[in-house]
This record gives sequence, structure tokens and C-alpha cells, in this order.
Amino acid sequence: MAIEVRIPTILRPLTDGAKAVDGKGGTLDELFTDLDGRHPGLRARLVDDKGLRKFVNVYLNDEDVRFIGGLDAAVADGDSVTILPAVAGG
Amino acid sequence: MRFDSLLDSLGGTPLVGLPRLSPAADVRLWAKLEDRNPTGSVKDRPALHMIAKAEKDGLLTPGCTILEPTSGNTGISLAMAAKLRGYTMICVMPENTSSERRQLLEMWGARIISSPAAGGSNEAVRVAKGLAAENPDWVMLYQYGNEANALAHYETTGPEILADLPTVTHFVAGLGTTGTLMGVGRYLREQVPDVRIVAAEPRYGELVYGLRNIDEGFIPELYDESVLTTRFSVGSRDALRRTRELLEQEGIFAGISTGGALHAALGMAAKAVKAGERADIVFVVADGGWKYLSTGAYGGTLEEAEARLEGQLWA
Repeated sequence: MAIEVRIPTILRPLTDGAKAVDGKGGTLDELFTDLDGRHPGLRARLVDDKGLRKFVNVYLNDEDVRFIGGLDAAVADGDSVTILPAVAGG
Repeated sequence: MRFDSLLDSLGGTPLVGLPRLSPAADVRLWAKLEDRNPTGSVKDRPALHMIAKAEKDGLLTPGCTILEPTSGNTGISLAMAAKLRGYTMICVMPENTSSERRQLLEMWGARIISSPAAGGSNEAVRVAKGLAAENPDWVMLYQYGNEANALAHYETTGPEILADLPTVTHFVAGLGTTGTLMGVGRYLREQVPDVRIVAAEPRYGELVYGLRNIDEGFIPELYDESVLTTRFSVGSRDALRRTRELLEQEGIFAGISTGGALHAALGMAAKAVKAGERADIVFVVADGGWKYLSTGAYGGTLEEAEARLEGQLWA
């Protein structure tokens, strides 16, 4: 088992076109670092020196990670992580 | 109930219990029926408040042209009010929205300028901002950044909910302009200790997220993260499934975004049951299902309905 991470269209050039990739780690931060080892540059598109980038939304099992610890949110095998750009509704 | 005009009948919507979908005697769900507004959606509240405010400030005078980026409901509300008050209405709307919305807008005399499907409402906002710059005499009320949007809910929706249900513990609504959640959320936080404010954000098909660059995203100026307790992303499959459950089990015929809010509300209800806590969970029925009949959301299997919604803006 691993953690499934769903990648938005605009970041797929970094995952050889894959819609979802597997990773591991105990926190979201560790998971992104793990993914960056196989998909160099991915982490920098998601995170800057202040944390998650402003227009990047990350959901852990459909819940916005900003409300459950951000990059420190605990993740475990079997979890599903979805990355999406922030878009307008209404 | 008697009112001087349709505009005066705004708000005062029913709050109805869901005896079948509520999981326990002390964990109850309540639907705020915002489809019972003048043009049939929750957006009548911000639209009419934004117009009233702009008139009061002298920004809108008879004969003015109103411009607004909208995926539908706000435009429909503004078009109705514009017709009654003597304004010209222009909507910038993504081309991937239901045909009923276009028909309703045209019925109330609005002109529609289509924005590209790819990029969804982001594109509508971008196109509208461009038009506003080219036409300085047009008035863009701009629902994403107009304080009167959130204030409408702070002054009306929030107090109505608390008056009808003083034991409220959770408020759940769809997240679009964020006006409903910001306004009701702020009001309830002032009045109810430990109230939970929960956002249900629609997760669309990939087309809608087709931005050229991740730094071109959009966050409404009204959005203040600190008002929310948490925020869920709800895909079209879950939203459709819950919309159908609401119809089948409670008889409420709602639009698809309501299914998204119900999905998050049921998730909070399950958490309360597990924790052994009592809960009175209010969620918003943003509109009725009428405008979505052509999307095929209510017929056939869930898989078929989900496939038909791919690439559509359903909230």
C-alpha cells in the first residue's frame, strides 16, 4: 500500500503525463519530498518558503489540508491526496 | 404573508428537518430552502443587497448598465432586479453551463457574453474585468469581492437560522463566491459558541482546471479562511448521489450543488454520532433542480449522469 496522489493537468509534464502517482511519508511534507525524488521540480510548484503556495489546494481524503495541519498533516498508507489549482465558483 | 412587490418578498425561507436522512434522534439535519426566493436561488440575497447598496451609494442610477461574471444564478437574480429597476444587464458566463440558465437570463432581458469553457469561472472573471476596464460607465457589482454579498447573509440568512434553530451546531454550504459561508459564518460565530462552519467545494472535471499556469488561480477577495472550521472537496459522483437521496428520501427536488452540501453535512453528522455528541446541522439548498433537468442529472444510472456532467459547471 502507498498514498495515491492525484495530479492536476497543468503539473502532469512533471509526472510524465501520469494522472496519479504513488508516494510515501508520515506527513504531507515528507510525501512531497518523496515525490520530488522521482518527479524533480514537483515540490517547488506546490510549496514555497511560506508553505503551500497561494493558488494550490491540497485535499487529504477530500478535506482541505489547510484546516488539518497544512504540510504537517499526518498521512498514512491508503490515504488519497488530490492537488488542484484554486478556481472561481459562483 | 403579504409583500408590496416581488423584491420585498426576499428571504424568510423555510428551515425543514430531514427525519429520514438524520442518523439519530439527537443528530439532526435541517435544510434551509433557499430555492424559495424571488428567482429561485440563494443568490437573490446577495444580488438584491448589492443593487440596493449601489443605489444608496449613488453608483447605480436609472439607465445604467450592470456587468457581472456569473455561472448563472447571480446573473438571473440581477437580470430580474435590473428589469424591474430600469437597468441594462450584461452577464459574462462560461459556455459550459446549462441551457436553462441561458434561457432564464434571456427571458429577463439580459445580454450574455460567453467566456471559454476551459478555465470555468476564472475565465468569466477575467473577461468581465477586461470589459469593465474598456467600458468605465458600466457598473460591475463583482460578487466575488463585494462586501454587500457576505453582508446580505450576515444580516438575513444567519439571523433567520438562529431564530428558527437556537440549538444549531453546524452550518454547511457550497463554496463559490464564499459570500454565504462568510456572512452566515461570521454571524453564527458571534452568537453560538463552538459553532462549526463547513464549506463544500465542488470538484469539477479536468477541463475546468485547465489553467495555463498554477499561479493564475483565483481566490475570491471575500474569502477569509479563519471563518471556516473546515472545507471539503466534493466530486460530481457524490453530489449527484446525495441530490438523488434528498429527492427519494425527503422529497426535496434540489440542484446538484445542494447534493455536495448534503454530502459534507452527512459527513459531519457521522462524525457527531461516532463522537457521541448531539448536533443540529443546517445546510443550504441553494436552488431547485429545475435548471439542471437538461443535464440528465436525475435519470439513468449514477455513472451515466456523472459522465454527462463531465466538463460542466454544475454549481
